[in-house]
This record gives sequence, structure tokens and C-alpha cells, in this order.
Amino acid sequence: MRIVVPVKSVPDLVEEIELTADETGIDREYLTFVLSEWDAQALEEALLLKDAGGAQVVAVGLADDPEIDQILYTALAKGADAAVKIADASVAGLSGPRVIRTADRAALLAGYLADQPADLVVTGVQAADDLDGQLPATLAALLDLPHVSVAVSVVAAGGSVTVRQEFAAGRSHELQVQLPAVIGVQSARQAPRYAPITRIRQAQQAGGLTEVAVSPRAAGAGLVVRRMHRPEAAGHAEMLTGSAGNVADQIVGLLRARGLVKG
Amino acid sequence: MVLAEHTGMQVSEGTYELIGKARELASALGGVTEVVLLGRRAVAAQLDGADIVVSVEHPALEEYLPEAYEQALLEVLAQRSPRLLLMSNATIGLDLGAALSVRWDAPLAGYVSALEIDGGAVMATAKILGGKVLAEVELPGERGIVTVLGGAFSAAAGQLASTPEVVDVTPPAGLDALRMSLRQVFEADGGDVDISSADMLVSVGRGIESQDNMEIVLELAGALGVPLSASRPVVDAGWLPKTRQVGQSGLKVKPKVYLAFGISGAPEHLEGMRNAELIIACNTDPGAPIFGVAHCGTTVDLFDLVPELVDKIRG
Repeated sequence: MRIVVPVKSVPDLVEEIELTADETGIDREYLTFVLSEWDAQALEEALLLKDAGGAQVVAVGLADDPEIDQILYTALAKGADAAVKIADASVAGLSGPRVIRTADRAALLAGYLADQPADLVVTGVQAADDLDGQLPATLAALLDLPHVSVAVSVVAAGGSVTVRQEFAAGRSHELQVQLPAVIGVQSARQAPRYAPITRIRQAQQAGGLTEVAVSPRAAGAGLVVRRMHRPEAAGHAEMLTGSAGNVADQIVGLLRARGLVKG
Repeated sequence: MVLAEHTGMQVSEGTYELIGKARELASALGGVTEVVLLGRRAVAAQLDGADIVVSVEHPALEEYLPEAYEQALLEVLAQRSPRLLLMSNATIGLDLGAALSVRWDAPLAGYVSALEIDGGAVMATAKILGGKVLAEVELPGERGIVTVLGGAFSAAAGQLASTPEVVDVTPPAGLDALRMSLRQVFEADGGDVDISSADMLVSVGRGIESQDNMEIVLELAGALGVPLSASRPVVDAGWLPKTRQVGQSGLKVKPKVYLAFGISGAPEHLEGMRNAELIIACNTDPGAPIFGVAHCGTTVDLFDLVPELVDKIRG
């Protein structure tokens, strides 16, 4: 079974996010970019399918995603069989990181997959910077493949996969899905495995990234971003100040006043 | 047009929130509010905020199944031609929104917390990047899809005392040739403590950093005699079971006190706890979105604060 895992980089949310001067986008210049956490889960689920036997895992990224080389080498170090970097042939010549809409990302991946079909596409259910929708459903619709998102388990079953789809409040469904299919992973059956730095460096030195150029089909007209801004803290918190001991006293005081702590 | 969601024979609260907003938009645009009901014609009467209920019945729609819902919705969209389709931003919206955007050729705005008509244009506010950035976007063209964060709109606005007209749409042939099937439904695991009935919760997020560190918050929860709960990343990492997850894909809680340690406050988490009576948040990032809903907060490091709290509670 050939499993393709599209991966992307997103701004590290631990950092302060600045906006561009015209306030229609985020200022990407000084941001740190990391692998989208849901794609890390998807890669892990794909590797678990490989561990169970008989699957080949190919990690696929877009050349214009910041830090994509590092991300793809890490995927190889974790056990992916191959890593592919897709360049957008229609924007050849433009340099620097650019914002790639889900629609355009899906169009590029669909172009690659039309040429090199997968039995199973496994990717993160969403990403922190998805404005115009999530990748799995968009890609599946372009390729006319069955798709299931918010998956917490994907297990091979002959020419199909058994998928556990999660809903709110602990409910879930078990589905049987014919291959080829696209699955949007919420979380893998276990936490993403660790790749030692030495192994990542070996992968970099071996230089095993395949580069392909794809001319995407034009994606439809999308959203128009009028303005981006940070939320005003509505009903902002009263900040407790002082040492850890002082703050602890204040909190315990609040709990005692509500009869939730004895004394 | 609103896609109704239901569990068993009960229409979800989120559905009423969408209906209320749809009525407001319909009023601004001079249209009607239609609610799509798949595989549950019997609950049409619960949808009293709808002008029209559009029903599709077929065995494949008995329980939610992504491909079945998608086929049925495409048929409804083709027949009814709504201006806007509203869905929740939870599992069903994440499954279907973007796929319908491609197949119905309509722009999609996700993670929406505000929606209005401004001079004839459909304007949505999307909360992205963990809630740190709000994007105000316009959905251009003659049609659009919006997936809405739970709790963004008022459910009361979607509940009127009227009887909607029911229109039946013939199920499309595609429902007899699906490429997936539902094998089993799993209800919530009832074995563990029910965090939604606790008076107080000690809740932990990514800031706890490792499973080894969980010990300190477990100790605090024990000292207070209350359950430990968590945001999604802690549950996804396997450090606490799913039954302890607070948020959109976990449980909604409304305790007297919600103590949040190392939780940033992404919209999906806030949806699960924002109505707690007293929210006290501890996070070293002064810009963490949790401080927007917390009543009190501190940027003292949880690794310093929690042991102090344990000492003072134990006396």
C-alpha cells in the first residue's frame, strides 16, 4: 500500500504573531516555523500502518513552505521511505516564503497525485492557519475520493481501511472506507515518535529529497481578507501579582471564600 | 441554510445557534431560513426556528456518514440554491465544509466567530492561529459556506414557537453506491469520573510539558479533592484519558471554579469552559488567549505556583 503524507509548516504558536503594515496578513519574516502538529500525528499514524506491515510511506511537502527541507528530512529519519518536495511551476522565479491557501495547496498535491497515485493519503485534519478550509476534504473533493476527517485510528483491512472518527463528548464511529481514500488525522494511536538529531543529520547528508514541479489547475476565487487583528481581551482577566507564594495565597483566598477549601 | 446536527432524537444546541444567526442574515438579505435535516424527519418539529425544513430520508443517512451526508447535501444545494450554508466547525463541518466548497464551487470561511451582512457583502470573522489572530474576510460571489465555532451565537435566537413547513427531497442515487460504511457506534466511556459534574476542576494544558510533570497537578487535584481535566494536546499525548478532555471535541464543563494551568486558550478549548463561574488562569505568556475569558490570571510559572498552592491548601 502506497501511503502519501502531505505535511506543511505553520508559525510556531508559542511566539508573538505580528501583522503586516497593511494588516491583511501576518508578518512571516521573523517567525519560527514548525511542522503542523496534526501533520505530525498523521505521519505517526502512517508509520504505524507501515510498522504493521506492507506499506510504503512517502512524505510530501511544498517547496515554498518555510523549513520544509528540515521537516522532510525529519520524516525520513522517523522512518518514511521517501520524501518529495513539490515546486509550483506556475510561480517559478518568485522567491521567499509566501502564504499558500488550502485551495492552492490542494491543487498542487492533486496534480502530483494524479501523476503518482496513492492508495491512501493521510494528513492532519486541520492546521492552525487554515483560513479557507482544511486540506483533507479539499484534496479528496478534487480527486473525487472518499474521505473521513477527525480520525483517531486508521488500520489496514485488505482493500480498505478501518477508521475511528471522533465526535464531541467521547462519542466515536468506526467506519470501513474503500481505498483509495483521504483521511484527516486528529491524533495517532500513540504519540508521534522521536527522531534523534543524528538520524536527521544522516538523512540530510544522504540528501534523499525528490523534487518535482507541478503546474496546478487554477483554484476558484477565494476569500478576500479585509483585515487581520489581534483579539481585544474582552472581559480581561484581573492579573494577580507578586511571588508564587503571594499569588498562591490570593488564589487559596478566592477558593476559601467559595467554601471550596477547608479552613 | 443550516445543516442540523443531532444525537439520537435530540437536535444539538449548536444547531439552534446557527438557526438564530441564519434568521438574522435572512432578514438582512430578504430571504428565508431553511434547515437541512438528514435521516431524521421525525425531529422536524424541534426545528421551530426554521421557515422551511428540507428533509432527505434514506437508510444510509440513519447515522452520520461523511460520504452519505455529502451526497445528500449536494443534492439539496442543487435543488434549493441557498445564498449561504452554515455548519458547525466540529467534526461534521471539518468533514464536509471544504469538500462542498470544491464541489459546490463556493468560498468557505472556517473557524468563524462572527458573521454579518455589510452593504450586501457577507463578512465573517475567523479565529485562526490558536485564537491569536482574527481575520475579517469577505465571501465573494453568489454563494458561500461558513463553518462556525460553537458558542459564537445565541441558541435562544434560533428557537421560536412556530411550525416549519417540511419539504422532502428525493435521495440522490449516489446514496446506493457509497464507498464507505458505518460499522459501529461507540458511546462515551462511562467508567471514569464525570468532569462535567464537578464543582471545581484543576485543568492542565501543553504547558505541563511532559508526562512526568503531570504528578504535580495530580497532587494539586488530590489536595483539593477534585478531578484533573485537560485540554486536547494533553489527551492526544496520552497523558490523560479522553474522558478528561475539556473543549469542542471533549466535554463542556461549567464548574464553580476552573483552574487552568499551562493552557493557552485556543478557541476549541474555550468553547468547553468559558461559562465556568470563576476562571483562574496560570500561563507564562501574557498574550495567551485564555486571559480573555479568565476572571483572574497570573504569569507566574505553574512549576512555581502549583507546589505553593499544594502547601497552602494542605496547611
